[in-house]
Amino acid sequence: MSHHPPESRHEVPCSFCGLLCDDLSVTTDHGRVRIESGNCPRALAGFDAANRHLEAGASPSIGGKTATLEEAVAAAAAILGKAQAPLFGGCGTHLPGMRGVMELADATGGTVDHMNSYSMFRNFHVLQNSGWVVTSLSEVRNRADLLVCFGTDIGSRLPRFYERCLWVDDTLFGLGAEDREVVMLGQPKDPLLATSPGGRKAEVLACRNEQLGEVAQALRALVRGAPVSGDAVAGIPLADLARLAERLKAAKYGVVAWVTSDLDFDHAELAIQSACDLVRELNAHTRCNGLPLGGTDGDYTAHQVCTWQTGFTVRTRLSAAGPQHDPVALDAERVLAEGRADALFWVSSFDPGKTPPAGKRPTVVLGHPAMRVDCDVFIPVGIPGIDSAGHLFRTDSSVAVPMRQLRDVGLPEVADVTAGILAILRPAGNGQAKQEVRAC
Amino acid sequence: MLIKLTGGKVIDPAHNVDGVARDIYIRDGRIVDAPEPGAKVDQEYDLRGKLVMAGAIDLHTHIGGGKVNIARAMLPEDHRPDLCAATDLERSGCGHAAPSTFTTGYRYAEMGYTAGFEPAMMPVNARQAHMEMGDTPIIDKGAYAMLGSDDLLLSLMKDGVDQRVINDYVAWTITHSQAMGLKVVNPGGISAFKFNQRKLDLDEQAPFYGVTPRQILKTLAQALHDLGVPHPLHVHGCNLGVPGNVQTTLDSFAALDGLPAHFTHIQFHSYGTEGDRKFSSGAAHIAEMVNKHKNISVDVGQILFGQTVTASGDNMSQHRNAAHADPSKSVIMDIECDAGCGVVPFRYRDTNFVNALQWCIGLETFLLVDDPWRVFLTTDHPNGAPFTSYPHLIRLLMDKSFRNEQLARINTDAAGLSTLGSLDREYSLYEIAIMTRAAPAKTLGLRDRGHLGVGAAADITVYTEDADREKMFAKPNYVFKDGTLVARDGRIVQVVWGNTHVVKPEYDPGIEKVIEPHFRRFRTQRMGNFKISNDEMCECGHGSKLHVHDCTHGRKQ
Repeated sequence: MSHHPPESRHEVPCSFCGLLCDDLSVTTDHGRVRIESGNCPRALAGFDAANRHLEAGASPSIGGKTATLEEAVAAAAAILGKAQAPLFGGCGTHLPGMRGVMELADATGGTVDHMNSYSMFRNFHVLQNSGWVVTSLSEVRNRADLLVCFGTDIGSRLPRFYERCLWVDDTLFGLGAEDREVVMLGQPKDPLLATSPGGRKAEVLACRNEQLGEVAQALRALVRGAPVSGDAVAGIPLADLARLAERLKAAKYGVVAWVTSDLDFDHAELAIQSACDLVRELNAHTRCNGLPLGGTDGDYTAHQVCTWQTGFTVRTRLSAAGPQHDPVALDAERVLAEGRADALFWVSSFDPGKTPPAGKRPTVVLGHPAMRVDCDVFIPVGIPGIDSAGHLFRTDSSVAVPMRQLRDVGLPEVADVTAGILAILRPAGNGQAKQEVRAC
Repeated sequence: MLIKLTGGKVIDPAHNVDGVARDIYIRDGRIVDAPEPGAKVDQEYDLRGKLVMAGAIDLHTHIGGGKVNIARAMLPEDHRPDLCAATDLERSGCGHAAPSTFTTGYRYAEMGYTAGFEPAMMPVNARQAHMEMGDTPIIDKGAYAMLGSDDLLLSLMKDGVDQRVINDYVAWTITHSQAMGLKVVNPGGISAFKFNQRKLDLDEQAPFYGVTPRQILKTLAQALHDLGVPHPLHVHGCNLGVPGNVQTTLDSFAALDGLPAHFTHIQFHSYGTEGDRKFSSGAAHIAEMVNKHKNISVDVGQILFGQTVTASGDNMSQHRNAAHADPSKSVIMDIECDAGCGVVPFRYRDTNFVNALQWCIGLETFLLVDDPWRVFLTTDHPNGAPFTSYPHLIRLLMDKSFRNEQLARINTDAAGLSTLGSLDREYSLYEIAIMTRAAPAKTLGLRDRGHLGVGAAADITVYTEDADREKMFAKPNYVFKDGTLVARDGRIVQVVWGNTHVVKPEYDPGIEKVIEPHFRRFRTQRMGNFKISNDEMCECGHGSKLHVHDCTHGRKQ
């Protein structure tokens, strides 16, 4: 535990949603972290949870009984050593943690998946099937004159999105907050989150989110000038859609944004693909860009690291024949439900509530220090951006943000734990294992 | 430990040595003088009858960063036929067009390459590039930061600031993105595309800013010259892939007014409009100008037939090229008021007129540029072909009969239009050693790489001479990285982590008074969180060493 006087830091990056806002002021006092700036509910909740274990303490346990870190690492190694088909799930960690998980999975022939894959794959299917035309947050901030929210209000998931990317007057090309328009399609939870500082509300063209694909296709047809029959599409009057199509065509830099977790219905990837087709169509004559949003619990980071290290994103088994990627069969929940894993290694260091799926199998959890979970081996680990330095990828995937260590309350790093396990499993080591695993 | 490489025929163009049998001694990763007689040699390799060169250096290969990882994520079908399992030494991964990072390192090393430079590192995405290169084992790495369509440079130029301010901004960017040089990609064009412009010619004013690509080229080339950065401005010019762009390229050479510059993947910028199909080779014009102007160097960006993926910062061009995507998918991105990217899978077919002529144009360029110190062997990996095709490309350059056999197989209209069949030149081993070792080291300012003199890093490749040059260059007998034997007969035997090369040109720290408000007002990342520290670099790269190279050596002040 730190015994230093309270310490203030500025421009601190926050790890609790995909925006990774890096302008926080934070005070650390005897291990207790407190945000001094802003009132983002996700940041406040994340920082609050980070303090929750401080009085009770957090220690490793084996079968629910307190153990030393060394004992817990040895017990985890014993579980993985026996496993023929271990599953590395959760993967809620930052770059050094994910590197450690990947190395361990490679050494044990494990399958790697992230807890948010069910949502992320709605995008990956589109990326692998057709690709897309997309943009990033600073471009939106300076250029977007029309934002279409596709089945989302954005703000419930990414609370500071509008403040940081839209309601800005000081921009490169003179675009002010009130010069921008927001249109929401589908079932936004709270359209008022997108009300401009001047009081202008977002226009909502309501339909069931399940019908967004139809709506996007109709918009695309209208943009092309193709005939669309009937008076309405998915309950939205055709005249309203025609007006939106004209606005998209007239916009200098339209943006169509979606949050995959808000498109929670079967084959949502088809709706996203239709939105991307609409964007591509618009780019024949003007500029318009997709903006895939999301990015919690290190999901984009896990995707990036797994992709560059193996060629494939998560839902990949590091088999004796090389990486095998299967977005359906290697879904962690499915692997567990079908009894195809004989051990579960679960990493979840951002949110104490993100515990492994229920079920009986030998389970090792590297968890948030306030996590309460019934498992064979539990090791509390540092929270990225609070206890542990290392990079995270932002929602727009181009920016990797260096998360800082704000305190030292004695929590181990994920990478230290995985390196410890590897040292037991492969005492002789090899060219890879000998490499020091370090924070980054 | 003292290692002796005994009696190999050494080809070391940096020292004008061509096939002289001699011994090389290695201690602590460096080439050292012959020890006193009687000194204990710990390990000896009998290289009599073998050829010894420095490790090869690829000065333009897309091995790290966002666009490369998008290419990987987009193309599972390309990876599946070339999966690599983990071994006691190697991590698992995949090969072919967009190989995994580990496989990239192993395959380069197996081919005798000991360094590769990522040429298009967006400053805002630099961390990712360094992370990926950090997971690329064995070879040395470095990167060129990309400027020229970033809103800060363009607004400074619009405001007409003094060249010294530009120089400070360039130096600051190179320093804090941890780069080895600077690249400009479609100068001003990536920005223009964000304003819905689809083409930006050399003397056309960029939207909003009013500056021209010519001014951007000249300003950035001047900056690197003034700063003493060893590698001159690395130029991906205007109008990539557009028939008729040869004139733009020739005009771009002239725009430099004698300032040094390196024009990359020149093949894609050497197209004329002659003939029935309005597509012809401009290679002869380009080569003539390169031969005349010693301030210009080029790399070719040779295309080779087969499946690959193109990944570029030039989203304006890639949006145009997306119509030819095969398989039919593409990613086009605008990125952070910094630049953009475009990823388009591509299959070059020898039966296709355009592709066949592109193949000829690249080879013509290699054969018509006289000075191997100023033409570098690249496929612009993976844009023209994966780097693993280098041995095949070397055979095309060294073996005229093989080349003509291949020429007989391609689209006959293209073959008929090309002068390739009449070119008799065959590269010598000495010339190959120049273009893949000595010359890239020289242009990059890597004074202890690319040669075999005393004091050099012991990056050494040993070949068995074979009339089949493809076979010879595919699997060297021995590859040493910093004195460690890492590959033997085309198989990895030891994994080390190469160095990262950077330059840190001097600048006036007062430039941050200009840069900091730009980040705070317009960007979504603060300046302090943009800058990559040296510690962070070491942490990113498995503890690989950061080598900072001198920025004033041999340069005019």
